[in-house]
This record gives sequence, C-alpha cells and structure tokens, in this order.
Amino acid sequence: MSTITGVSTVDELPDPEGHGPFEGDRASTGRLGDRLFGGTARGAGVLVIAMVTLVAVFLLSQAIPALAADKVNFFTSTQWNVDATPLQFGIANLLWVTVLSSVIAMIIAVPLGVGVALFITQYAPRWLSRPAASLVDLLAAVPSIVYGLWGLQVLGTHMAGIQSVLERLFGWFPLFQDAGIDASSTVLTVSVVLSIMVLPIVTALSREVFAQTPTLHKEAALALGATRWEMIRTAVLPFGKPGIISAAMLGLGRALGETIAVMVILSALADGTPWSWSMFNGGETFASKIANNAAEFDSPQKAGAFMAAGLVLFTLTFVVNAIARVVIERRKVFAE
Amino acid sequence: MKLQSRRQLASVTGVALVSTLALAGCGSNNNTTASSTASSSASAAGGSSSSTACPTGTLNGEGSTAQKNAIQQVIADYQTTCSGATVNYNATGSGAGVKQFTAGQVDFGGSDSSLKSTPTAGTTGTEQTNADKTCGSPAWNLPMVTGPIAVAYNLKGVPKLVLTPSVTAKIFNGAITTWNDPAIAAINKGVTLPATPIKIFFRSDESGTTDNFTKYLKGAAPSDWPAATGKKWTGKGEGKQASSGVSNAVKSTDGGITYTEWSYAKDDKLGIAQIDNGAGPVVLSGPAVSKAVSAARQTGAGNNIVLKLDYATKVPGAYPILLVTYELVCSKAKSPAKVALLKSFLTTFASTGEQTKLQDIGYAPLPASIQAQVNTAIAALS
Repeated sequence: MSTITGVSTVDELPDPEGHGPFEGDRASTGRLGDRLFGGTARGAGVLVIAMVTLVAVFLLSQAIPALAADKVNFFTSTQWNVDATPLQFGIANLLWVTVLSSVIAMIIAVPLGVGVALFITQYAPRWLSRPAASLVDLLAAVPSIVYGLWGLQVLGTHMAGIQSVLERLFGWFPLFQDAGIDASSTVLTVSVVLSIMVLPIVTALSREVFAQTPTLHKEAALALGATRWEMIRTAVLPFGKPGIISAAMLGLGRALGETIAVMVILSALADGTPWSWSMFNGGETFASKIANNAAEFDSPQKAGAFMAAGLVLFTLTFVVNAIARVVIERRKVFAE
Repeated sequence: MKLQSRRQLASVTGVALVSTLALAGCGSNNNTTASSTASSSASAAGGSSSSTACPTGTLNGEGSTAQKNAIQQVIADYQTTCSGATVNYNATGSGAGVKQFTAGQVDFGGSDSSLKSTPTAGTTGTEQTNADKTCGSPAWNLPMVTGPIAVAYNLKGVPKLVLTPSVTAKIFNGAITTWNDPAIAAINKGVTLPATPIKIFFRSDESGTTDNFTKYLKGAAPSDWPAATGKKWTGKGEGKQASSGVSNAVKSTDGGITYTEWSYAKDDKLGIAQIDNGAGPVVLSGPAVSKAVSAARQTGAGNNIVLKLDYATKVPGAYPILLVTYELVCSKAKSPAKVALLKSFLTTFASTGEQTKLQDIGYAPLPASIQAQVNTAIAALS
C-alpha cells in the first residue's frame, strides 16, 4: 500500500454494509420526497399561470374581431350599438363608473378594515378578539344578491340625506353634481355596499399580518417610551404595509368584478344621456353590463363586443395588481 | 386507541346505515304504472284527444322568462296528473332558448319572438333555416302564452288614467315631462293631474317585453316613436334590472311610469293605464287581450304559426300591448321516444282548462281560433 499524502484508501473501499464510497447510509427520505413535492408545487404554479394566460387568450380571440369592426374610438365613445351592422361601441361610461365605484369603495373600506384589524390584534382583550374576528368574517359569507337587495331597499332610503348635504356643500365640483337619479340607485350607494363586501377581505388579511409582527419590535418601541399608538405606528404598521397593500388589491379585485349587487342597485342610463362625472349618477359597470346582456348574445360579433369590455376589466385588474406588486417589492428592499 | 377507533368505526357505520334507509324512503315513487293514471289524466286534461295513456319520460325546455310562471304552473299540473313524466324548464331568456334549440340541446324552446327569417350579422343562415337544419325537418313556432304588457304608473290621487299610443310614445321618449301636461289632460277630462315630473323606468337587461313594447309604440304611433325597436331600450329614463326591478322602482317613486308584465303590476298594486287605440279606452283584462290576438295575421306557412300582431288595431275592446311566447318544436322530433310526451304536454298546455287558469297569474288565454290552429299543429307532430 502506498502512502500518498492527502489520499486515503478508505475513499476507495466500500462501507462495511456494502454501500459504495461517498454514498452515506440513506437514512433520510431524501430525493424522492423532494422531487415529488417540488414537482407538485411547480405544477400547481404552472397550472395557475396557464389558466390566467388561457383566460386572456380566450378574451382576446373573442374580442379582436369585434374591436376591428368597431367604427368609433373604443376608449372615448359613450355609444353602445352592438345589434346593428355599423358596430359602434365604446367603454368610456363603463370605465368611469367601474373605476369611480371601486375607488370610493376602497377609500371607505381600507382604513376601516385596517382599523378593525388593529383593534382585534392590538387593543381588544383576548375574550373579545376571537368572536369579533368571526363576526367580521361572517360578512364575507353573505351572498351578493342579499347585499344588492339590502342596499336598494334599506341603505338607499338613508342615502337621500347624505346626498342632499354633499350636493349643497360641494355641488359646484363635477364629482358632486346632481344628475337627477334617485339617491337609492347612485354610484355612491353602490360604493358603500361594495365597501362592506370588501371589508372582510381587508380585515382578515390585515389581521393575519399584524399578528405576525415580531414581538421584539413592539417591546422595543414600548421600552423606548412609545405610547400604544406610537408603537403601532412605528412597529406594527410599517411591518404590515406589504400585507395591507396585498389585502387592498384583493379587495379591489372583488370590488371591480362585483356583478349582482351592482345590477340590482345601480340605475342604468338610457342611450344619449349627457356625460356626467358625478358620483350621484347612474350607469353600468363592466361586470353588470355583461351580466345584463349575457342571455341575448345572438351573434359572435355582439358577444365579441362584450368580451372586449371584459378584456378591459381583466387588463385593468392586472395592471393595478402589477403596480401594487412593484410597490411592495420596493418597500421590501428597505425592510429588515 | 384501538377501542376508540372501533367505536368510531361503529358510529360511522351506524350513521351510514340510517342515512341510507332515510334517503331510500325519501326517493319519490316514480314507478307508478302509466295505466293507473290514464283515466285521471284524460279527465283532467280537458281537451286532449289523441293519447290514451300518460307517457313517461323527461322533457327539457329552455328559454323565455316571460312565460316562466305560466309554464311552471302547467308543468306542476301536468306532473300531478302524469306522475311518470318529468318536464324541466329553464328560464334563461329568449335568446338562450333559441340558441339551445337551434343547437339541438333541448326538446323545445320558449321565445318571445318567433325564429327570425332574416340573417343576423356574423352568422350563416337565419334562425329559422338553422333550426330546420338541426331538426332535420321544419321547425315550428307554436304560440302558447299571451302575456299582456301593462303601462304601470304610480301617481298619488289618480286611480284612473287613459293613454293613447301617441301620448304614450311622447312620454317614453321624454317629449312630455310632467303629469299635468296638456296632452295628457286632454285625454283625461275631469281628472286633476298633479305637476309631478314623470320618471320613466325601463328594463336594463335585454328583454322581449322591451321588444314588444317598442314594436307597439312604433306600430301604433310611428311619427312619435322614431327610435328603433328591439330588445334594447331606445327611449329615455332609468334602467332597472328585470320586471321586478322596474315594478319596485315605480312603486317607490311618485310619478314613476314603466312597462311591465301584468302580473308584476298587479302584485305591486300599481296603477294600470287604460289604452285608447282609437276605439275608446280599454281596461286591461284577459278577454281584451285575447281579442287583440285574434286580430293577428298568420305569416308562417301551414303549421308554422308565426303571428304578426296588429299593434294599431282598432277592434273595439281589444288591448293591444302584449307579447306572445312561442314554443319552438321540431315537426319531426329527433328522438321518437319523446314525441308522445311532447304532444301530451303541449296539448295540456293549449287546453282551455289550463289557459283559463293562467289568467289568475296575469296571462291571457289563447283565443279559440289560434287554439284550434295550435291543436292541429300539435296533432301533426311526429
């Protein structure tokens, strides 16, 4: 046997059990478990991405022939003639009503939801926080048709007072002008109902995020002499900001796509009604317009026009979510 | 641990056994023989001439929502007398009904307008030719349900209101804006009309009711209604979803007016205008509507009973605003097993007994002349 420095004969010979050199004793479940689980996770991710892509492809394939045949500008026209052959349709009205109702809903729901989540995690005693959380989650279980009927018949009767006050104070601003629609069927009423539908989503996600705040951070703030509110402001909220943004984006997705409640509450406008920026106007959102007419898609061209509207909604949600992702990623660079 | 799992196993088995027995008891007894129900069906159908025994099987229909209440009542009656038969009707809208029937997915369709004989943009052929092709034989439109359309209003202190086609058209396209307008006062002498503004409500979803109402306005007052007719509303006002939406809106708005099915106007206790087509004001009632249907012309050939309604009819006592719902059937059915059931069901539907009962839920009975034609067509189905 040679004795070369750095080379050992043990490296050349098999183990006492007969395994080859450098193989170990295979005590762990090792690579098979890894492969299965990793493969399944990868497959699930690929499946979801594929589904989203296929939905986009479906919408595009249905919408493009109708868009090509459209005689007016798709984005700025307020006409919607999809039955007759000179196809003229534009989404200006739909886009404004959808965006306005969702934005107002988020302005109401996000601060409210974050407040509720802070209360449940930071302020409430333990015997109260669990039931309170369940009650807020129960709001998510109410069907949207029930929200629509409630909004029209109960909430609507109380909106007249708010509307008259706002019109009196801010009527000079286009957003608050009177548009002749009864107070129970305006964009504002719909926004309030949408905010209630979005609230449980924002609350549930924010609650989870706030509960994960490192206790050390909170205790450090308190040790430095911070009051409860200052501790929340410096330790809890910055930590939870990406979570709040994600929660808001999910809620926004629900608000943009809500169909039945909008159909029941909001008054549609007749063709040729003059344009109004007001939140006291009626109208239709993308989702409610498609749902109202879905039973009467006579021809591929007509269906294509509505699919084009759906495509705009899809793109809008996608873009908003992408912006939110960018904001979150930028925030994460400075965290920890 | 073993004892616990055994106890769990025993309890699960016990629950499974009990639930199986309970559900088996719940299963309805659909195995009654046809002969036992033959005599009861013959007497209850009140007009069925051909079939002696009650057929068994399942029929699937889809389409118009306007006839939903009517067909569901007839189905309930039919299934009580013929317990071996099941008829399913899905009210998804006339457009969906025509589409499914033309695609051969259902045994019969329900539509507020007959199969079109003019081509639609982007499709080959017409609805009629495509349905003929799918059936392999001519597709027939059988008028079955007459739905009166009421001009419903809510005006305090005005229980009786008379409207002419011209004034109605002017109201619904915004030319007349207050209730005490001279044009309305002129045809309602002796009634004090308040100065309330008129609030119009229309159907925001595409509907056969809008289609027939605009056809009436255009047919009876063409110079006052220049807009197009169709399932999409072309006048003024605020849009609400479905008949229940417009009726509720009128009920909660003083000065509101809309067009809606008679049953909704009755249920919400709205004022129903009397229509004066030139032969005096006519109150909305079943016989008045039947008179208007009798005045219709048949434009289809033979057993394809396509009715062209005369909206400008001056027959005294006829209420002209209505929609007719057709049952779309193949003259030679694709599956022969279902023919007997289809014929039996349609015969019950067209029978005088059922048609008269429909008046209670806001429909008008088929007039005798049309009923005879429909019965001839049903007998000719094979």
